[in-house]
Amino acid sequence: MVPLSAYVAVSAVLFITGLLGVLIRRNFIIVLMSVEIMLNAANINLVAFSYYLESMAGQLVALFIIAIAAGEAAIGLAIIIVVFRGKISTNVDEMNLLKW
Amino acid sequence: MVLVFFTYFALVSIVAGVMTVALKHPVHCGLALLALLLHVSGLFILLNAEFLWAVQVIVYAGAILVLYLFVLMLMNLKTDDRYLHSSYRYFLAPAALGSVYVLSLLLRSPFAGAKGDAPTVAVLQDGDTYAVGIKMFSEYLLQFEIVGVFLLGAVIGAIVLAKTPKPIVEKRGR
Repeated sequence: MVPLSAYVAVSAVLFITGLLGVLIRRNFIIVLMSVEIMLNAANINLVAFSYYLESMAGQLVALFIIAIAAGEAAIGLAIIIVVFRGKISTNVDEMNLLKW
Repeated sequence: MVLVFFTYFALVSIVAGVMTVALKHPVHCGLALLALLLHVSGLFILLNAEFLWAVQVIVYAGAILVLYLFVLMLMNLKTDDRYLHSSYRYFLAPAALGSVYVLSLLLRSPFAGAKGDAPTVAVLQDGDTYAVGIKMFSEYLLQFEIVGVFLLGAVIGAIVLAKTPKPIVEKRGR
């Protein structure tokens, strides 16, 4: 029997990895991928608690998170395509269209 | 046996997550993300969530990841020498502080709670898909509809954003 804290530990490590990726990577697409890692860490947490506390709510919220991740990926990649079409670099430290 | 599988899935998903963040070439990062998603879906199987396993494989590994890889190959990015953010040193300290904060919250949080109404035996009797469906279309119907509207908005937004803009010069000439 795997303890609940093991799942929580895995999810915490994955979440922190994704957070570091968002903060230090330069390519915008990798930043979006790191956001996906963080969403997956949250999903592991929700499903583990749903199993150990014998409630279905965690799995449903995880399902909604997957749907929202799909929408976020579609919009984020569309924004990247628009930026790339404008011959602007897709590195986050060179994108300054919204900076005054 | 479950412990062996858990160790395998947990270790490989953590290694794949670190590789996603650390590898240089974006396509390699995408493939590491694929490994991460598949192993996380293995963790879902261990937690009796077969429906989420299927959704994870179909939606995440099948749709979202392919979208990422399509965009990566469409843009044909060169690998830069410098692949970290230009001021990443300033982010490292806040990131470390944030990790410590998350871990301290984790250590202090209560792990036990009131048990819900879906014990393992009841879920396994009719299957996880049945349990999720009954719950979703009774108590979570409004949220389900909201997610539907959200996805419609996301689809329209993505089409509007990615559409080739009409040339403005042609309009002025008329």
